[in-house]
Amino acid sequence: MNAATLYGLCGAALVGLGLFGLIVHPQPLRKILAFNLLGSGVFLFFGLVARRGAAAGFGGDPVPQALVITGVVVAFSATALAVALLLRLFQATGSATLRADVPASAGTEPADS
Amino acid sequence: MTMTFAFEIVLAVLLLAIATWSIAARHAFDAVVVFVVYGLLLAIVWVKLSAVDVALTEAAIGSGLTGALLLGAAGRLRAGGAPAAERPGAILRLGAAVLSATIAAALAAGVLFLPDPAPTLAPAVAENAAATSLGNPVTNVLIAFRAMDTMLEKVVLLLALVGVWSLAPDRLWGGRPGPRHQADPRGVLAFFARLLPPVGIVVGIYILWVGADHPGGAFQGGTILAAMWLLVMLAGLTDTPPVSRRSLRLVLIAGPAAFLIVGLGGLWLGDAFLAYPAVYAKPLILAIEFAMTLTIAVTLGLLLAGPPERAEQR
Repeated sequence: MNAATLYGLCGAALVGLGLFGLIVHPQPLRKILAFNLLGSGVFLFFGLVARRGAAAGFGGDPVPQALVITGVVVAFSATALAVALLLRLFQATGSATLRADVPASAGTEPADS
Repeated sequence: MTMTFAFEIVLAVLLLAIATWSIAARHAFDAVVVFVVYGLLLAIVWVKLSAVDVALTEAAIGSGLTGALLLGAAGRLRAGGAPAAERPGAILRLGAAVLSATIAAALAAGVLFLPDPAPTLAPAVAENAAATSLGNPVTNVLIAFRAMDTMLEKVVLLLALVGVWSLAPDRLWGGRPGPRHQADPRGVLAFFARLLPPVGIVVGIYILWVGADHPGGAFQGGTILAAMWLLVMLAGLTDTPPVSRRSLRLVLIAGPAAFLIVGLGGLWLGDAFLAYPAVYAKPLILAIEFAMTLTIAVTLGLLLAGPPERAEQR
């Protein structure tokens, strides 16, 4: 087994860990974090595929590497939007929970709509 | 077993241990701090995978900016009292563990039985490198061979920002994002906010410039510029700009606009959308990269600042 395969297996474990955290953590912020962990595991697969595709004097196939760079930026955009949604939920209801049975009137600031 | 491989194993075990800690930590704040450490370790893994460009991006965006974003959110949520503890039942946790382990095992099997020899596009990239006279193959792919992805990703960034802004209450629309930060003007933060930006701005532009031939590029350079701007805002030396400001919006669309104009020009003059005429390839690419860096820096900074929270004082 070489180093690239080792990190590929790491990626598989990270996807599992992230998925577990995504399901069992009740707090939305922890879910967002777990989802980022899951995503970084998927990116590691691209790293493995890129490293295996080393040819023509390059240390790795540049195409999957470029895709990961794009992916990291898109993951950050999605995280920023998710965090903004979460903070707005907290601002509007006074609690950051995904449970449906919590009354929405306990907020410090009324909804503006 | 060689010394190098022993290092790889230690790194892999450390990465998994830190990731587990980040999932298992009791408090959200601890989990986020551990996640930042995880991101930096992951950057080392990317270096070991001979992907230095990705390592720079992971350290800057995956660890740095995402960490700052989550830390800010954890701080705000904690200030409002701890969220109600709703631990899921043992059956759900067991089911989740079995499901996650199954998926991880299936993926691991996929990793072990990848096709051999591995498919690669590296020779094709090397063959066409002369067309753009860029020495860094990753920049070549990002800005020329798969320019469409990069252009659409700029649009995704912009859409995310529009999404964040649209969460503002109606009466605050067009106002300034985030709270006005206050810091001791003679304190450490204000001192560094004066000392670092001149250096950081030079480093950011250098990373952009050197990205043509060496690891680096528009994303990494733009992130450093964004970090410098955020530092100055956090130290209270400057305020966040009101989102209704016209010059700000022009900067936000500069990157995608430059891309679109060059792309349509390629359709008109050359063979296809985003086809660069061979003679002007390098100057056109540089123009796109500079516009993109500016847009990335401002968009990332504003994504971190969040939706408008204060009405603009006129």
